[in-house]
Amino acid sequence: MRSVFSKIALIVVFASMFVELNAQAAGGGASSWLINGLVAVAILVFFYVVINVSDNLLAIEAKNSGIDTKKVNLGLFPNLSELFGSKLPDYTAGHVVKRLTKGHDIRLEGEAAAKVADATGVTRYAVQPPNVIGIQPIPKLEVEIGASVKAGDPIFYDKLMPEVKFVAPVSGEVIAVNRGAKRAITEVVILADREQQYRKLDTPNLHTASRSELMDFLMGSGIWPFIRQRPFNVLPTPGQAPRDIFVSTFDTAPLAPDLNIVVAGREAAFQKGIDVLARLTDGEVHLGLDGRGKTKPADAFLNASNARKYFFTGAHPAGNVGIQIHHIAPVGGHDTVWTLGVQEVITLGNMFLTGHFDTSRVIALTGAELKDPHYVRTYAGANVGELLAGNLASDHVRYISGDVLSGEAKAADGFLNLHDDQVTVIEEGDYYELFGWLLPLSARPSISRTFPNFLFPDQQFKANTNTHGEKRAFVVTNDYEEVMPMDIYTQQLMKAIVVSDFEKMEGLGILELVEEDVALCEFVCVSKQPLQQILRQGLDAVRSQS
Amino acid sequence: MKALLDFLHRIEPDKKKSPLLHTAYDAFFTFAFTPNTVTKGGVHIRDGMDLKRTMVHVVLALQLCYIFGTFNIGHQHFSALGQYTGLLEGFHLKLVYGLVKLLPIFVVTHLVGLGIEFFYAAKKGHAVEEGFLVSGALIPLIMPPDIPMWILTLSIVFAVIIGKEAFGGTGMNILNIALLARVFVFFAYPTYISGDEVWIAGIEKAGVGQYVGQEYGAVYGFFDWIFNGLGWSTFGQGGMAAVDGYTGATPLSLGAKGGWEAITQVYNESQMWWGTIPGSIGETSKPFIILGALFLIFTKVADWRIMVSAALGVVVCGMMLNGLAPDQITADTSGIQKFMAIPWHYHFYMGSFLFAMAFMATDPVTAAGTPRGKWIYGFLIGFVGLIIRVMNPAYPEGWMLAILLLNVFSPLIDHYVAEGNIKRRQRRQALVAKRVKGGEVAVEAAVVE
Repeated sequence: MRSVFSKIALIVVFASMFVELNAQAAGGGASSWLINGLVAVAILVFFYVVINVSDNLLAIEAKNSGIDTKKVNLGLFPNLSELFGSKLPDYTAGHVVKRLTKGHDIRLEGEAAAKVADATGVTRYAVQPPNVIGIQPIPKLEVEIGASVKAGDPIFYDKLMPEVKFVAPVSGEVIAVNRGAKRAITEVVILADREQQYRKLDTPNLHTASRSELMDFLMGSGIWPFIRQRPFNVLPTPGQAPRDIFVSTFDTAPLAPDLNIVVAGREAAFQKGIDVLARLTDGEVHLGLDGRGKTKPADAFLNASNARKYFFTGAHPAGNVGIQIHHIAPVGGHDTVWTLGVQEVITLGNMFLTGHFDTSRVIALTGAELKDPHYVRTYAGANVGELLAGNLASDHVRYISGDVLSGEAKAADGFLNLHDDQVTVIEEGDYYELFGWLLPLSARPSISRTFPNFLFPDQQFKANTNTHGEKRAFVVTNDYEEVMPMDIYTQQLMKAIVVSDFEKMEGLGILELVEEDVALCEFVCVSKQPLQQILRQGLDAVRSQS
Repeated sequence: MKALLDFLHRIEPDKKKSPLLHTAYDAFFTFAFTPNTVTKGGVHIRDGMDLKRTMVHVVLALQLCYIFGTFNIGHQHFSALGQYTGLLEGFHLKLVYGLVKLLPIFVVTHLVGLGIEFFYAAKKGHAVEEGFLVSGALIPLIMPPDIPMWILTLSIVFAVIIGKEAFGGTGMNILNIALLARVFVFFAYPTYISGDEVWIAGIEKAGVGQYVGQEYGAVYGFFDWIFNGLGWSTFGQGGMAAVDGYTGATPLSLGAKGGWEAITQVYNESQMWWGTIPGSIGETSKPFIILGALFLIFTKVADWRIMVSAALGVVVCGMMLNGLAPDQITADTSGIQKFMAIPWHYHFYMGSFLFAMAFMATDPVTAAGTPRGKWIYGFLIGFVGLIIRVMNPAYPEGWMLAILLLNVFSPLIDHYVAEGNIKRRQRRQALVAKRVKGGEVAVEAAVVE
């Protein structure tokens, strides 16, 4: 697209020069307009042909001599990114680099300091069935209240797929089974032991076991619910090998943890996890790496073997695995792919290294309402209130498991969601603001240049949960396109979902999306539309159809 | 602040008992205070931009046009009478004259338009939406200064009820509301909005080729009293004859008959550029419109693609018309051919192209919604609009009709752009499938950005 524009621009410049010359030669006057017009068209065509032919000849020549024209631009037209783009860091040399131009980094106050502490005060952990999409609301419990479990012991399973076990993340005593609407089980709470005990796993030999043996082991050992299958972001279909597996090794979401810190000290487990994943697919394990150059990716990522590496540059959501899939090998049709977070890969690797189901997590405690935002070491499903004890700067706050865009609001006594490695605490914004829409008193994040904040791109904001306006019908122009680095027409897709036009939904790419991929669009939406909710409705509808 | 809020909450009318009153209260309350609603599900923080802020930035972009338009109403009036022909002479008189003409239009537009909005919002039980903020600011600028209030009222009633509420309110309409109001006047009361004599305020036809200024009424008398006190020049009685040779014709109507030559006999280029010519209230001053357009582009409230491609459409169509025009202009050449021969770049000086391009074509609701669709949509507006302007013998301007036409077609344009996206996705999918099947490792999707 871009090169087409530069072509047109060049041709127009040439053509207008010639028209000018010609007009002077003919002495001007109305009589020469017809001739001028024709000459202009002829010159336009002539130049277009000449330039295009020579461009294509170069491309053919390059192909014949075996040069990859996708990586090296041999055309007559320079790419704009070559002329004006920032220079890529050295470590990207020899790799495919995807430069994403769309997106927006939301900078918030309360970034986690680069120190990892032990979360000593956390005593309760929970397994939460609603964290996993694609299972029934009331799973079959295998333990009762009061039972003592080891880390890795089965807790419950879905009656439709009994081979997939949901296991205890920590050892301890089951102290509560909390239920929500229609008696659906929302939390199974475990009071953790001081000294963790692990169930000894019957780990198969990675090199000799067959894929189905490996799959059976993964389904029965508790790691299966940590894996997500696209489309739909659901629990992977039991026993079905994915087309490809994708892991993003950097997170661009607001206040997201630095995964270099997360992986530190656990490099071997990460590599082992990748090795396991490579056995599970006929396709590839794809790693998305940070190519933005601010921080060098950890060696565990840079030197990972058994996987294909891709570098991504650009603002959020460049770190979202969904965006990376779109630019590497998009999902659609009957394909399924798996996605895992770095810490899930580490848990998987540890199962083969130590034989334990070790869900230890490095969690970033972030947000402007924390006294001391930093990283803590804990286990999956930790209690949010206990994680934050003594760290809160105010009490009129919202606890979010995950980031501010796609995380889930939690009560003070809620638990960290299965896939999240971040807790964000921001102020509740339930206040009235006089002429807040016209002359806001406090700075707020926005992609709009109607706020002077765009002059200070590094400014950090103290965001709150106010909607800054009321919900309206879609009156958006180009806002979604500015922040959506995929070839997807978000607004058209959302409208197709709202009117339940299944053919159009799938055609416009609903299968490539999950909530976090449209979260930034929802953030910028002028009409305050709930895009993530609409998308999930659409995904559920499509899933129930197929 | 808290006391004020408490007071306002105390006087809040009951929603069930008096829905209209509650709607009005809610509209004014949310105008004054951003509501205290917080995000629920989905994102936890929201961009500071909302529809009110978007809309008000369009209104802000129009302010220079408003100021100049007000002055120009008076300036044209006095120039026609041969008084204060210098730009700054009688400045206060021109401004007051313009204000007296413009204010009623502005007030009536908002009373009628907002009245209907409030009524429907109460009836449907939703909040008053901001759409009319912009429509209400645009409508006065595209009307002739002497438009009778009842026609204005009718046109707004038509535009808002048939054009918007019938389709479901703000964000649902197919046609641009402001243009719909104008097209209603254009087709229902053609004598008030087309022809030569309507574009200058306060001039009446006394006979064939004879014009006199209207007598000034009591309002002006009041201002005369103030100006007298200050020792400034006054309106006086009025009723003066217009200057010899006055026709009230706009550049376009001159051009339609006699080409560029006829235009330049009456107006020079700098007059047309700066806008001291007769025309709709807000459309004449090109620099101020361009400033407004740049403001909209910079703040990204309006899409630059539409503006650029519309200008491109005019350039291409203008060149083609130039090519079609006869080489030599003789006495026998018809008006249309003379109009066709006007060099393409002069089309930017005349009429309301820039205004339509910047403020009408970029309406986010009625324009095409996809980036690629916007290029097509804008280009066609420029192209078709110029054809209508030059070729249409009845009325020498085309943007209103071109934009409404393309409003109707923009869903179709978007449909085909979306179809293109669907096809592209299928191809990409097939490519990925083929490579996976062939066991080839490199899966480099041909992602088109």
